[in-house]
Amino acid sequence: MSVGLEHYLVLSAVLFSIGLYGVLAKRNAVVILMCIEIMLNAVNIALVAFSRYVVPTLLTGQVFAIFVIVVAAAEAAVGIAIIIAIYRNRESIDVAKFDLMKW
Amino acid sequence: MFDIVFWVLAVVTVGAALAVVLLRDVFRAALCLVLLFLMVAGVYITLHADFLAVVQILVYVGAISVLIIVGIMLTQEMWRGNPSGKLRIPALVVGLLLLGTLVFSAVTTEWRTSDVPPQEPTTAAIGAFLFGEGGFILPVEIAAVLLLAAVLGAIVLIREK
Repeated sequence: MSVGLEHYLVLSAVLFSIGLYGVLAKRNAVVILMCIEIMLNAVNIALVAFSRYVVPTLLTGQVFAIFVIVVAAAEAAVGIAIIIAIYRNRESIDVAKFDLMKW
Repeated sequence: MFDIVFWVLAVVTVGAALAVVLLRDVFRAALCLVLLFLMVAGVYITLHADFLAVVQILVYVGAISVLIIVGIMLTQEMWRGNPSGKLRIPALVVGLLLLGTLVFSAVTTEWRTSDVPPQEPTTAAIGAFLFGEGGFILPVEIAAVLLLAAVLGAIVLIREK
């Protein structure tokens, strides 16, 4: 069986699940940010694969992927800034200790 | 030939993603993340998305990976390693359930694929699509404002008092 749309979708699903596991299980905030980037890349692969196999001449999926990359860049910058600000205040980036807003 | 390229890219991508989650050393995990970004750029090339592959390398491999490595360096938590929290088993169950659901629906659905050969090169077409008449010009402007707001927010958050 030659490689088709399903193969790319399964690859995307595997990457998304690995990223979801990392986001839920890890304690280091920077590693959680890295896993979010994995999930965004998985979504991009699915978008581009649909664009390639379902509407090959329209490129809509690729345009959406570009906007996802823009938002991911903004999110990474703000996320790293928040983590460094928290580290300055609390000397730790262990998410189990981020309980400032808990009551 | 195309199939071999896809399988190599897919296996290395999944291996790098597993390494990010499983490696003890946070810095090595970040380097595996860079490898994953490069492999995803290769996947885009197999999908005939040449412009997107270059954007992936510029933005992810060039910028976001540097940002993440600087974040690791500035927060000196490397000696603590890459531990898992109390939620490890539930997270594994949720991840496997989601994986099963997604793979099942992706394999069993009858996708209406088209046999038209894909457009190549894509750069001019994407440019016309983004900036042309009836295109995505409003989202492009909003993305510019979003990036400006994100950069200003990051500077304000990280500034010394």
